[in-house]
Amino acid sequence: MSVGERDPHTGHMTTGHDWNGIKELNTPVPKPVLLFLAATVIFSLVYWVLMPAWPLGVSYTKGLLGIDQRTTVETRLSEAAQARANWSEALAEQDFGQIAEDDTLMAIVRHSGSTLFGDNCAVCHGDRGEGGPGYPALTDGSWLWGGEADDIWETLRVGVNAEHSETRIAEMLAFGRDGILDRQTVLDTVSYVQSLSGAMDGLDPDAVTRGEEAFAMNCSACHGESGQGDATMGAPDLTDDFWIYGGDRNAIYQSIFHGRRGHMPQWETRLSPVERKILTLYVRDLGEQAR
Amino acid sequence: MVGQLTKTERQFGLAIAVLVTLLGLAMAAAGRQDLLGVHGLIVVAFGVGAAFLVISGAHLPEPAKERLAHYYDDPIKVGIILSMIWAIFGLFIGVWVAALLAWPELTFDAAWSSFGRLRPVHTTSVIFGFGGNALIATSFHVMQRTSRARMPDQLSPWFVLIGYNLFCVLAASGYFIGITQSKEYAEAEWYADLWLVVVWVTYLVLYLRTLARRQEPHIYVANWYYLAFILVVAMLHIVNGLAMPISLASAKSYPIFSGVQDAMVQWWYGHNAVAFFLTAGFLGMMYYYLPTRAGRPIFSYRLSIISFWGITFFYMWAGSHHLHYTALPHWVQTLGMTFSVMLLVPSWASAANALLTLNGAWHKVRDDATLRFMMVAAVFYGLSTFEGSFLAIRSVNSLSHYTDWTVGHVHAGALGWVALITFGAIYAVVPKLWNRKSMYSWKLVEVHFWLALAGTLVYVFAMWNSGIIQGLMWRTYNESGTLAYSFLESMIAMHPYYVARTFGGLLFLTGAAVGFYNIWKTIKEAPAVQEETAPDRPATMPARVGTVEAGE
Repeated sequence: MSVGERDPHTGHMTTGHDWNGIKELNTPVPKPVLLFLAATVIFSLVYWVLMPAWPLGVSYTKGLLGIDQRTTVETRLSEAAQARANWSEALAEQDFGQIAEDDTLMAIVRHSGSTLFGDNCAVCHGDRGEGGPGYPALTDGSWLWGGEADDIWETLRVGVNAEHSETRIAEMLAFGRDGILDRQTVLDTVSYVQSLSGAMDGLDPDAVTRGEEAFAMNCSACHGESGQGDATMGAPDLTDDFWIYGGDRNAIYQSIFHGRRGHMPQWETRLSPVERKILTLYVRDLGEQAR
Repeated sequence: MVGQLTKTERQFGLAIAVLVTLLGLAMAAAGRQDLLGVHGLIVVAFGVGAAFLVISGAHLPEPAKERLAHYYDDPIKVGIILSMIWAIFGLFIGVWVAALLAWPELTFDAAWSSFGRLRPVHTTSVIFGFGGNALIATSFHVMQRTSRARMPDQLSPWFVLIGYNLFCVLAASGYFIGITQSKEYAEAEWYADLWLVVVWVTYLVLYLRTLARRQEPHIYVANWYYLAFILVVAMLHIVNGLAMPISLASAKSYPIFSGVQDAMVQWWYGHNAVAFFLTAGFLGMMYYYLPTRAGRPIFSYRLSIISFWGITFFYMWAGSHHLHYTALPHWVQTLGMTFSVMLLVPSWASAANALLTLNGAWHKVRDDATLRFMMVAAVFYGLSTFEGSFLAIRSVNSLSHYTDWTVGHVHAGALGWVALITFGAIYAVVPKLWNRKSMYSWKLVEVHFWLALAGTLVYVFAMWNSGIIQGLMWRTYNESGTLAYSFLESMIAMHPYYVARTFGGLLFLTGAAVGFYNIWKTIKEAPAVQEETAPDRPATMPARVGTVEAGE
């Protein structure tokens, strides 16, 4: 019916069809296409014989190589654990003091700890442990719950105000909002707290005196009579220059008026004991390196 | 445009508009306690708008019989313009989300402007808004020309086009206000999905009816691809959309599949959306506009056959390569990988068929940016299909999966292939549709071409770099056997590439805006063709028994 014509450019015949001016050449399929197609089909056939491939009702062809991703990943995990065993066992058995003295183990703590810290802690505490507004710095030597290895280990394990039956609990009451102190007394207390860290400039001495009284009545139970804090109940030291929520007048006022209740997750169910041990030592090491 | 519709078509059109309005009212009333109510109001607005449009032309006289001697192009024109509007909108949101990844604070303090909501707005707007409208419009053009037949009626193309855009608006607006099914590229909820089924089946029937009226003995390749696109997308959409609404008064639904079965159905859908929406449909486009623009015969009819059946058969199996190293059984992964490898040959055969068609017309590629758009699109098609098969290999995938490499791969396809072939086709078809001698400015077409190409290259190279660096950082161990980098460190390493990606996207968006301006100017100002040189008309129908004439 349709008659092909010869295309002058390629010398091939057309199929004789014409759609809105479009014609088609009857060029044979180039050899490489067929070869390439055959090659990929042969590759697939071989692959199907060697690997799990086709379903058979409730089962499937397992493949001659006997490879399955489930067993592969199990093998790799146990191999990786074995490769780490030479140091992970030492870390698990030795106490913090012993590990800290061992340069080889501490080298491992430093490079493994940096990734663990980056993936789990840095989002709040900063990638070098420098902290941020609302999140304690870990490098300033001022610790809420104590800076000894055992203290940090326990904080990591149970968290603070966390979902853990033994979690550390700490709460600063909302003295103003809950009507425990009137606004003027809160302001006086702010002045006294400021004076504790030696910032007397611009403070009204009378206010400081009145604040001291209020402090003794309301704050010293946790922060101590001299305001140096108490690590057994997570009460911060108010006499140093380190502040979690800020040390300016307004920030201290906010803390006293509205209270504070920080949160740190518990890590016992998320990280292995060795990982938490690495983090404990890493955090201590961060502080030492920063100072 | 309403004047072109027959009185009967106007009556049916009005009836449909009223029906849609009532449906919208029902949604708004039932869902008044829910976000569904908001969508009810949008449906009402669409219905009332359509009704007004029809009523405004109701007094016009019955259109002249003479119209049947021409193709029916009005919906195509509207489709092209809608496609460009969606392109600008979708690309803008794309640039925004790209910028958000580099500068996360670059947004409003509001839920609607969070990354998680903007991102599906971007993908839906560009894939379904831009791509879908371009496919519908060009398919109307191609099916009529290659069949030398006018569409069988004038109402169903409008129903398809407007109905489809209602779906797109429901989808995109839903993500902003928090309605989502959380299935990638299928986020729209159950009522929008059901509506799309109605629209899509009408589309399929319209296509088949036009083909049935054809005055050519054979069906041209472009139509095979368009048909595969319409048919398979219907199938994918219906199966993946199977869900149970928690109540008829709620926008929320849950898929009937769960766990790994749901994941498999989702990626069977997802990958075949790439295959049949973003590949087959646009191959149909390429098979018509490239040879007509180049004035060359298709290189090989036989190669077309191998490519078409290879693509339609192999693609169906490849979806599971999206789930390598997951809970999906190993054997399903094997099948996904091997079929992806075999798929490379028919894919490359299509790209080669396009490029070899240009033999004898390379001087035109040099001089004509419109044809160059299509040529570069074919190159990117070859490039991204090779990359796709390569990434589907399990061991390669273990490096690339979850990294920006995937994002780069998708955009090599979406920008380099889909968008470039669409722009080429639009520049080819706009002067014809509006009866202009040429585009308003060929220089602006050049400007658009270079902006689009530069934008694509910057984007893709940035993502290749960041993706591979990311993949390597995530799997690098130190000598003690623990991970060498934290995730945060890999994020910091990505920053310069995210900036580059934003810049590439901005170039691409600028190009599209230049294109939009050029198209607008062409419609408004370009000199018209005085007399028809090559008649662009349907063949005169031989009087066939039992054939109903168009518009009657």
